[in-house]
Amino acid sequence: MQFWVIQTLNSLALGGLLFLLASGFSLIFGLMRLANLTHGALFMLGAYIGANLLRDSDTFNLWGAAILSGLAVALVGGLLERLVLRQLAGNSLGQVLATLGVAFIISDACLLIWGGDPIPVPTPSSLARPIFFAGLAFPTYRLVVVCVALLVALALYVLLERTRLGAMIRAGVDDREMARAVGIPISALFTAVFCLGAGVAGAGGVIAGPILSAYPGLDADMLPLALIVVILGGIDSLVGAFIGSFIIGFVYTFGTALLPDLAYVILFLPMIIVIAFRPQGLFGRLQA
Amino acid sequence: MRKTVLIVALLAVLVVFPFFMGEFYINLASQILIAAVFAMSLNLLVGYGGLSSLGHASFLGFAAYACAWSITRLGFDPFAAGALALVATLLLAAFFGVIALRATGLGFMMITLALSQVLWGLAYRWAAVTNGDNGMSIPSRPRLFGLLLDDAASFYWFALGVTLIAFVCIAVFIGSAFGASLQGTRDQPRRMAALGHDVWMVRWLTFIYAGFWGGVSGLLYIYYNKYIHPTSLAITSSAEGLLSVIAGGAGTMAGPVVGAVLVVILKNYVSSYIERWNMLLGIVFLLIVLFVPEGIVPGSRRIFLRLRGASKG
Repeated sequence: MQFWVIQTLNSLALGGLLFLLASGFSLIFGLMRLANLTHGALFMLGAYIGANLLRDSDTFNLWGAAILSGLAVALVGGLLERLVLRQLAGNSLGQVLATLGVAFIISDACLLIWGGDPIPVPTPSSLARPIFFAGLAFPTYRLVVVCVALLVALALYVLLERTRLGAMIRAGVDDREMARAVGIPISALFTAVFCLGAGVAGAGGVIAGPILSAYPGLDADMLPLALIVVILGGIDSLVGAFIGSFIIGFVYTFGTALLPDLAYVILFLPMIIVIAFRPQGLFGRLQA
Repeated sequence: MRKTVLIVALLAVLVVFPFFMGEFYINLASQILIAAVFAMSLNLLVGYGGLSSLGHASFLGFAAYACAWSITRLGFDPFAAGALALVATLLLAAFFGVIALRATGLGFMMITLALSQVLWGLAYRWAAVTNGDNGMSIPSRPRLFGLLLDDAASFYWFALGVTLIAFVCIAVFIGSAFGASLQGTRDQPRRMAALGHDVWMVRWLTFIYAGFWGGVSGLLYIYYNKYIHPTSLAITSSAEGLLSVIAGGAGTMAGPVVGAVLVVILKNYVSSYIERWNMLLGIVFLLIVLFVPEGIVPGSRRIFLRLRGASKG
């Protein structure tokens, strides 16, 4: 029983982390038609910055570090969008290759700065002890991660559906040219959405820290998961990213626990099935 | 006429090259040939099919693993193992093609990337079959006509022969009616469909053909290194191939070869002075995409034509 409880919570927590990664990816893709392959690297960069902040000083708690690191990564994302991707507007292959190049640069820079050894991120002491309920132990931090992911999902939903900025983003997703024609500042919007997506990924990296820690190769571990999530859920759909994240969270966690050798194959089964029957993904409208 | 002379001269230089060079350079040339076969096979998709794959290392890695596995576990000799590996790679390419070609453009790219990451994960995790992080080794290089390809020069000639065969086969494929329809599906898929071509089938067959030559480069790789590690399946490996194609010039026959020369020399030569190959790879990627997006071969051809035009006029 305890096994199932723990694994279920692990699945939910991984699903939550994947959502922090995939939501930004799908927002950027939806608006800009750009597959941002730096997303895994930005997640890792966030994790390293957070781990560094927490290691070197006592000023920050985990949440402060997550916010600060998210801001720093958002800045990196904004620079990337303005300085590189802007030069390649309309050339989607060029943009993908440029993001791939930047991903290599970021991940190698992390290796250069922080070295090859994983940097652990301590669980906040108030959340380190499990909650006991009905004779079972529930790891508190994982519950908190799920709550954070739900909060972020809610915030993104409110932002997109209930604010003026969100209405502009939705207009841009639906018809970029028409949105520009009616006076929506699409160019500024691109930068804003890129910063937002990068920032959520960076903060996600810190929040993932106590579970995954910061290590070289974190980017290569996370990017495929994010890709599988968005292909599964529908590449331009936030709901799809949400549902997809939790499906992959469960499949990956239980796959690893029950059939460790073949976890990667099992991981990829839902994606094959969905692509075979619904190439645009579960909730997508757009065929990528 | 002048072109024929040039080609014959180039071939002659390539053949006698090992007599004048040290072992280091011969080995470097062998590595370039392997990378060139890999890049040419990827160019079929990227350049002629308009299908940018970020998972082409799947075929290189899979063929190499399949070959190593057949040698060590089934006791096959290297060429029989290679034949078996190529058949398996064809099947894998057919299967991956069915999945990846549900999409085109960015979707195709992401699916191929995800598929190759699955193989990478398997190579790492399924240690019972793949030896995991230790990689797989084979005891020796193959024996061709009773001659062990163990020294640098004989392996180079072997690789050169295979590369020339690959070059001719791919050039014939591109020059054929089928190759023309492939380029048609790249430029005008809807018109091609309206003309009665089965666009999906054209792409799928090309995907399999590209997978086959990717597998051949994998065989050269395992014969040369006598070792295969999961990193050969990683995204950097696919990206190096894609960089060769883009840097040299996608959709030209010479482009991927020139790109492979550039990438292998950068990787082997420059990396012996600086440690950061991945960062360099990223920077070169960025520079090529930003400044020479059409690639070196078409770029220099353009400059050459302009210069000749200027001297005549």
